Formats: sequence, C-alpha cells, structure tokens
Amino acid sequence: MSLALRPSFPDYESVSKHNNFNPYSDNGGSVVAIAGDDFVVVGADTRLSAGFSIYTREQSKLFPLSANTVLGCSGCWCDTLTLTRILKSRMQMYQQEHNKTMSTTACAQMLSIILYYKRFFPYYISNMLVGLDDEGKGCVYSYDPVGHCERRTFRASGSAGALLQPLLDNQIGKKNMLNAKEEPVSKEAALSILKDVFISAAERDIYTGDSILINIITKDGTTEETFQLRRD
Amino acid sequence: MSSVLCPEIPSPGFSFENCHRNAMLEAKGLAMPKAQKTGTTIVGIIYKDGVILGADTRATEDTTVADKNCEKIHYLAPNMYCCGAGTAADTEMTTQMVASQLELHRLYTNRVARVATAKQILKQYLFRYQGYIGAALVLGGVDSTGPHLYSIHPHGSTDKLPYCTMGSGSLAAIAVFESRWKENMDEAEGIQLVRDAIAAGIFNDLGSGSNVDVCIIRKGSVDYKRTYDEANKKGEKQNSYKYAKGTTAVLTTKVVDIEEVAVRSIDLERMDTA
Amino acid sequence: MMNPPAFWQNGPAPGNFYSFPNMQPQMKPEESRQHSQGPVTTSTSILALAYDKGVIVAGDLLASYGSLARYTNCPRIFKVNNNIILGASGDYADFQYVKEFVEQKIITEECLDDGLFLKPKSLYCWLTRILYQRRSKMDPLWNNFVVAGIQDGQPFLGTVDKLGTAYTDKVICTGYGSYIATPLLRDAADKKPQLTLDEARAHIEKSLEVLYYRDARSFPKYQLGIIDVDQGVSIEGPLEISQNWNVAYSIKGY
Repeated sequence: MSLALRPSFPDYESVSKHNNFNPYSDNGGSVVAIAGDDFVVVGADTRLSAGFSIYTREQSKLFPLSANTVLGCSGCWCDTLTLTRILKSRMQMYQQEHNKTMSTTACAQMLSIILYYKRFFPYYISNMLVGLDDEGKGCVYSYDPVGHCERRTFRASGSAGALLQPLLDNQIGKKNMLNAKEEPVSKEAALSILKDVFISAAERDIYTGDSILINIITKDGTTEETFQLRRD
Repeated sequence: MSSVLCPEIPSPGFSFENCHRNAMLEAKGLAMPKAQKTGTTIVGIIYKDGVILGADTRATEDTTVADKNCEKIHYLAPNMYCCGAGTAADTEMTTQMVASQLELHRLYTNRVARVATAKQILKQYLFRYQGYIGAALVLGGVDSTGPHLYSIHPHGSTDKLPYCTMGSGSLAAIAVFESRWKENMDEAEGIQLVRDAIAAGIFNDLGSGSNVDVCIIRKGSVDYKRTYDEANKKGEKQNSYKYAKGTTAVLTTKVVDIEEVAVRSIDLERMDTA
Repeated sequence: MMNPPAFWQNGPAPGNFYSFPNMQPQMKPEESRQHSQGPVTTSTSILALAYDKGVIVAGDLLASYGSLARYTNCPRIFKVNNNIILGASGDYADFQYVKEFVEQKIITEECLDDGLFLKPKSLYCWLTRILYQRRSKMDPLWNNFVVAGIQDGQPFLGTVDKLGTAYTDKVICTGYGSYIATPLLRDAADKKPQLTLDEARAHIEKSLEVLYYRDARSFPKYQLGIIDVDQGVSIEGPLEISQNWNVAYSIKGY
C-alpha cells in the first residue's frame, strides 16, 4: 500500500498532535521610576490581567528588597513571583553572611546576573530596580528580560512603557524643548508627573488601570502612597 | 469608453484584484496591516413597549485604545438600529449599505420596513462572504408586527431572542441578563438593566470601556441616548502641560512676499457646439 | 484522501486505546519523553467568594471527556484541614494526584503531633512552587487551584494556575466562571464589601445558575465548601442548581 493512498483518520492517530504549551503569559502592568538628587519615586499600577480579563485589581508589583531598595516588575507574573522570592532569599543570605544590608548598586549587579543565568529560558519580566546609591543619590536601574542593565534617572517600562517614555523624556529630560532649563527634578514635581503619566497610560493602554502604588524612597526610608485610576 | 472627465463606473462590490499579490507577499513574510477591531460589549433587550439597545464606546487596536468614544449603535431605518462588534470598518459599511437599501425599500413599498427584512438582507450579505466580513451585530427595531431583536453572527447565522449580547464582553453582559431579565419590564427598569449589562462589560472586559450608549426604540419613536452614562471619569491631571511660546525650535525661516493682487476679468468663452 | 471529522474535540484519540489493523505504528523519536500535552478528563469552573467571616467555594460534580459529559459524580472541593479548603478545575487526574500528596503532607504533619497545622498561605505558596516547577519542566499540572481558608482570624482566598501564576482576591473564579460569574460576584462584593454568609451564599448560588445556563460543560449538581471563622469547615452536597427555562418557550423563529 502506498503511503499516499493510506487514509488518514485524525481520531485514530496514536501520537497526539503537539499541543503547544506556552510557559509564559503576559500579565500586563506598567512601572515608572524617577530619580532625584536625594530621593527616588517608583510607581506601578495594581491591575493584574491576562488576555481580555482582569485577574485582580489590587496586586502590588513593587517589592521592597531593603530599606532603600525597591524592585518593580511587570510582564509574566509567575516568573515575577519566582524571581522576587529568589532575590528575597539572596538578600537575606547576604545579610547573614556579611552582617550588613546589600547596597542598591550591588543589588542591581546581582539582579543582572540572576537574569542572565536564565539566558535560554528567561524570566519574561521587565524589571526596574530603584534605590539610593552609595552617595545617597536616587538611582534607577532598568533591565531587559535577559539581564542587560542600564542606570538612568527616569524610566517607564511594562505594557505602557513605549507610551510613557517619550513623555518622561520631554517632561523630565527636557528633551526637544528650546529655552528649557535642565534642573534636577524635585520630589513633589516627580510625584505629580508620575501620577499624571499614569492617568494618560490608563486612558490608552488596556493593561494599565485600577490604581497605582507609589513608593517614595529617601534617606529616612520608604513611604507608600496610592492613587486611583480608571477601572475600565 | 472612459476618459479622465468621464471615468468608467467601477463594477459594484468589492475589488479583489490585489488578493493574489497580497497572498504572495504574506507568504514571503510581509506583515499585513491589521484592521481596527472593536473588542466590544453590545447588548439588546425586548421590554414592554419595544426594544432597548446598548453599547460601550471603546475601539481597540491590539492592546491600545484607538477611540475612546466611538459610536457603535448604527442607524438602519427610522424604526430600526443596529449595534456592531468586530472589525470596525465592516460593521460601519455593512450597516450603512443596509440602511440605504432599507430606505429604497421604504420608498418603493411606501411602508415602514420590517425588522425581519433588515435581518434577511444582513444575513444573506454576510453569508455570501463566508465570515470574511467580520461583523457581529445586534439588530433591534419595532414594526407593524411588534418589537424584534436579532443577533447576527459574521458567518450569517441569526438568532431571534428576547435578550442578547455580542462582542468580547458578551459573557459579562449575558450574565447580567440571565440573572435579571424578566418579561414585560417597564422602560426605566429596562434601561437600568441594559446599563448594568454594558457596565459589566466595561469593567470586566479589557476590550470594552469608556461610556454607555443606549438607544430606546418604541412604536413610532426613538430615543438615542449617546453617553447615557459615563461609567469612568477621566483622572484629574495635577500639572499643566502647556508649552511656553517659543519652546518648539524653528530650524529655518523663509519669508515670501505675497504679490500685489490684481483683478482681471476673463471673457466668457462660448462652448464649441459645432 | 479521507478526512473524517473529529468525533469530539479536546478528548484523547481513540487510537490511544485500540490498534487498528493496517495502521502502521507511528514512530516516536528515540529517547523522547511524552509530556502532558493537554487536559483529558476535565472539570469546569470553580467559584469562590470571601465574606466577612470566611470564604465560600463552589464547583459542580461533572468531569467531562472532551465534549462528553462522562463522569457525573466527581467531587473537586475538599477539606485539607480545619484551616483550609482546596478546590480545583481543569484536568481531573492531575487534581487527584495533587490531592493525594496534599493529604499525605497533612498526615505527615499530624504524625509530628506538635499542635501546628498547615495554614492556607503556606499551602498556597507551596502549590505555586509546585506548579511553577512543573511548568518550567514543560510538563504542567493542567489545573487551576483555589485555596480558601482562615489565617489569623481573617478569610484568605487565593488561586494558582498551571503556570504558577498566583494571586489573592475577594472574588476568584476559574474557567468560564471567570468570564460569566466574576462580573456578578465582583459587582456584589463592590456594592457591599462586608457580605454575610447568607448573602454570599445567595450570590454564589445565583452565579452557579447563570453559569449552568451558559457553560456547556457545567452540570446542575454541585458541592459547596464553606470555611467560617466561627463554624469551621463544612462541605455540603451534592446540591441541586435551581433552574428556570421559561424563556426558552417564548423563543420562536430565528
């Protein structure tokens, strides 16, 4: 019997077709961070979603790693849960081994290495690590999923990242403006711009909304603030 | 014979002349542009005196909101309206075309067009295109035989129902109807139910959002309530984002003097009728 | 070439059980391991709602085999200990496997006799790790788990899916329930943040009814698990969903 004439009975095939299992999911969310001379603010929306559904309206995506370091995550939520648990234990191990808290800059390097360790099965997260550096200046480290790390003074990432970054470039980086003085941003200005850009993101990005959780880090520690966004 | 002045009237219907080319380009890996989809919640119910239609007002392009306040309840005839979900252009064009056919039908027969007529035109048209016209519709109206509500699927199948929903928020909305719809509801109760069904879609389905539009069709009258309810208020901005004059850089400047305007009369030229 | 339509969707191919004459055995590449390709015998939604003094969890008793309503008495809400109820939707075999080792853990813990018992947050975290580890091996447990319990006198409600995606909320529904029942339950929870047990129960029962009208894989027999600060754990059932199909008689034509 030639192969071409053999009838095909899809129901009777003994090797089932490969049902592509996707280990990743896009759970949305946006993170924005702005650093100043002696502070850093970071905000993340609290909507956790997948596809066209909202899983929950109150999910914090900010993870405090130490008194002056906070990690903001968006992307694949199951990877975020895993990564943040690993980081938490690594912070504790460092504390117990060296009897001091890991600095923000060291945290930033460690995160890059942990991400690159999973180069060929990456954590699908866009991370943003914020804190105060050794001189007490605010710093923002932004990462790609496989561990590229860059220090900046302001950054938007996540589902509305592409929407917000140009706005931050203009409003905080004072880009593309004549007669604009480049001066360090104040804490109050940073906070109000952060809220305003999230209002805009919630208007146009379906994965950003419900509310934002903001962490403000200064030498005195971290304070929290929430702000309501639209819920549709 | 066609010329520049008198172009040949194109044959009616769609032009398929680029289909082969596009299929070839797509096979070679060119990404085709995506049509704007309205991930939508649209609903309709029958109540004591007629039909109430409802819709949200968000149009999406992938995960970004393309239109925050679009109109999804389309006019078909004075006694009929139609909510559209799916490809925005398809719902828009299909309803416009059917509206014109119904108007011609009304002039020809000198009668109020029946809802069943519109349903039949729509389903035959959609069936002809085998689902390639991505219009999912909720058609409602009142005619001499009473109120009617149809849901019409992109492949041309129809349902005649006392309440129905369509679009990505259809499950959220149908849950509201299944738990609260009754026969012979009064108007206020009906509008509230439709609002709540659309709100369920707006808040629970990411493809739906912004405001609630409602359209009440009674025998002999229609109440189209655009933005019946603003389900979400836009957040108050804390800063002003007005730019001071001179913020935008001027790269080059060129000044052109406008010539003195002279009025000159032209003699009428006789048409060549030789 | 003959291509008969599929007998049913999702279910396993009958060819996995019978070898037909004249069918050449299909070769598998050597040293390949067959991972779980998808759910086989499945159960549909779980609904859960936290009220002022506890959590209520509901799920029907059907296990479907593709579109076949195959097993009609499959409980999938069970009491883990006096602090926790666990509910599951998705593959029934995977659920039974998880149930077995969760129960074993409880027994092992009881043997210690230290007066300490597994808490809901611990089980929730543990399940998250197990499911994430299986997804990372590309061999997932095809389930959505709902963990309900009382911890420190407060109601706890959390869920874990097959990827290890986990979150807590006052309203959690899986499967079709997340599209149909969540809007109703969220609305109820938003309107009155501190629901009583009776109110929560009424909302859950109504949602089950709506879900039974619209989810083709649902069933009118269900179980209800209630965990209450004062009354502890109770699993009720089989209960019957109330139904009213009168609208169907008024529908004429298409």
